[in-house]
Amino acid sequence: MSMKVSTRQVDGVTILDLSGRITLGEGSVQLRDAIRDLLAKGSKLILLNLADVNYIDSSGIGELVSAYTTVRNQGGELKLLNLTKKVHDLLQITKLYTVFDVKDDEASAIASFTRS
Amino acid sequence: MEKSEEEQLTGQRITYTLESSLDSVNKVEETAEQMAKKAGIDEDEIFRVAMAVREAAVNAVLHGNSYDPEKRITASFENTGESLVIRITDQGKGLDPDTLPDPLAPENLLRGSGRGIFLIRSFMDEVHFKQLHPGTELTLIKHLGTAQTGS
Repeated sequence: MSMKVSTRQVDGVTILDLSGRITLGEGSVQLRDAIRDLLAKGSKLILLNLADVNYIDSSGIGELVSAYTTVRNQGGELKLLNLTKKVHDLLQITKLYTVFDVKDDEASAIASFTRS
Repeated sequence: MEKSEEEQLTGQRITYTLESSLDSVNKVEETAEQMAKKAGIDEDEIFRVAMAVREAAVNAVLHGNSYDPEKRITASFENTGESLVIRITDQGKGLDPDTLPDPLAPENLLRGSGRGIFLIRSFMDEVHFKQLHPGTELTLIKHLGTAQTGS
């Protein structure tokens, strides 16, 4: 039922490959911890690959929003990659699809980050 | 099944009394998913029903009972033939749906919470709130006539 997180670095961008469920008390906490750890290490360009996230609840949506605002407030950028149809639909319903920078190609997503 | 859980089968309705825990949320969600599958509705509708019921259970456990080990939630599931009817109760301080902020308002879009009831209303055909003094009962209804059936 829980979520798995693995981390990659590509051209100065940290890609978090998430799989499973981002829900209350499970994936939400893992995502929050992963973002906090990255920011503590100074990694502020973050791409969340949601290709294998098959389920997300309101808590998980809230965690994505919190991750987005936390990273942005620290001068970084957080983008979303490869949304499944369910996650895409949920972001549309909640009007968050236009808030996030959503990408469907990893290479162009990485190129789109602003490097200082 | 844990000791604290009780299961009652009355006619076509099954009712669980559960602890205020995440395990209970998962159990309620799974039961709703099975019920929706049995009703023959399509996969997208099964997802919507299961998610709405999960959100209602999260509200009961988290916002209603605040994970209080002394408090219980109940979840009842009924297929009337015309509708799926799911009722979730908690023993919390009550919920006034009219006071909830609109999660789609620009000033609320970036909030980290407050989307549960909105999603429930988006995914079900009818949602009713009843104050129990103490506690809240949420009734979630999906009309089978309007739900897309699986082929």
